Amino acid sequence: MGATKVVTDANFDTEVVKNAKPVIVDYWAEWCGPCRQVAPVLEEIAKEHGDKVDVVKLNIEENPQTAQKYGIMLIPTLNVFSGGEVVKQVVGAKSKSALLKELADFI
Amino acid sequence: MRALGSVEGVASSAKGKIHVTDVRDVIVIGSGPAGYTAAIYAARARLAPLVFEGSVTAGGALMQTTEVENFPGFPDGVLGPDLMDSMRKQAERFGAELVPDDVIEVDLTATPKVVKTHSETYQARTVIVATGSRYRELNAEGEKRLSGHGVSWCATCDGFFFRELNIAVIGGGDSAMEEATFLTRFGKSVTVVHRRDQLRASKIMQDRALANPKITFRWDSEVEEVLGEGKVTGLRLRNTKTGAQDTLPVDGVFVAIGHDPRSELFAGQLPMDDEGYLIVEHPSTRTGLDGVFACGDVVDHTYRQAVTAAGTGCAAAIDAERWLADQADHES
Repeated sequence: MGATKVVTDANFDTEVVKNAKPVIVDYWAEWCGPCRQVAPVLEEIAKEHGDKVDVVKLNIEENPQTAQKYGIMLIPTLNVFSGGEVVKQVVGAKSKSALLKELADFI
Repeated sequence: MRALGSVEGVASSAKGKIHVTDVRDVIVIGSGPAGYTAAIYAARARLAPLVFEGSVTAGGALMQTTEVENFPGFPDGVLGPDLMDSMRKQAERFGAELVPDDVIEVDLTATPKVVKTHSETYQARTVIVATGSRYRELNAEGEKRLSGHGVSWCATCDGFFFRELNIAVIGGGDSAMEEATFLTRFGKSVTVVHRRDQLRASKIMQDRALANPKITFRWDSEVEEVLGEGKVTGLRLRNTKTGAQDTLPVDGVFVAIGHDPRSELFAGQLPMDDEGYLIVEHPSTRTGLDGVFACGDVVDHTYRQAVTAAGTGCAAAIDAERWLADQADHES
């Protein structure tokens, strides 16, 4: 475990929705190859931009309620939460430079 | 002048010293079965290859498959991501250096050849291109907007979200049959939409899909539009023979209509055909540029199998090794 944090259905509200900082939520699952591919990139982003944004991972298999609530139908999907709202969504595995561009407003 | 092996040199100029870091013998761009096999062979030839895996593409197309049943040596099948993980480890074991970064620019006409990422510039005497292919999009209305909201390219990743729902799979090849068969584990129904009246898939994959009671087929049908507001509710289909249109109500759409080569990086430098596949001097892997070799799906219209990609990856490493040996002969 590195700079990213694991969240669950149980603590999603406190860790994400009520977080004062913007939060990038990575919805993922064990069986998803592209999720494995994007994981190290998110670790790096968490390490490099942890002062401005939290990066958390939600396993959609173990936490189906949250995934369903936010209408996740493709993984990896990244949702950026700010003030409890989804303010940005990135669908599919993207390269680090592409992700940094997409997330530029928050990091 | 110099033996094979990676050499660090310092070039002098009037203004001072320019550090030429590590002119490598071999750079491999790409990391599917072709790239990793090239890396294994080059590493065992003591050429210390540098392998650009891509920041999110490491492992290539097999990272999105489930069971690979036709890779020789695995009588019980092997998971695509596990197979790639093993190839990767095998390359590392013999000294390949793996870089999880994207190549954004190359100059393959220069000597030595230049390969750039966002942060670094690398040089090598030979380059092996194994950049593979990417999924082709439908280019239908609504596809982009609903991607992630019912439109997907990876059944193994996203089948889970379509439990007891109606699913369409677009395509008629092996990957479409694999996805359709896999998705019957989740969906209430799976409809294969194909623009011809027969499948392109291998006999075993066809038989399996055709025999599956959960799978139905819509022949001679093309997707005109993916329907839905916040999420997919259906497809507007057009019959390719009669032109008649109708709506197929579905909750999920998996696109498996083929691949396009990833060759944009090499435009203007390497010869390619009209579809963007790199042209090599068969049966070798030589491209139109001296010291540049290409292998795997980026050159292959026809076979596109993990084992053929691995085979040409091996050939590319041997071609590169011989090319380097010839150069060394000339220089000595």
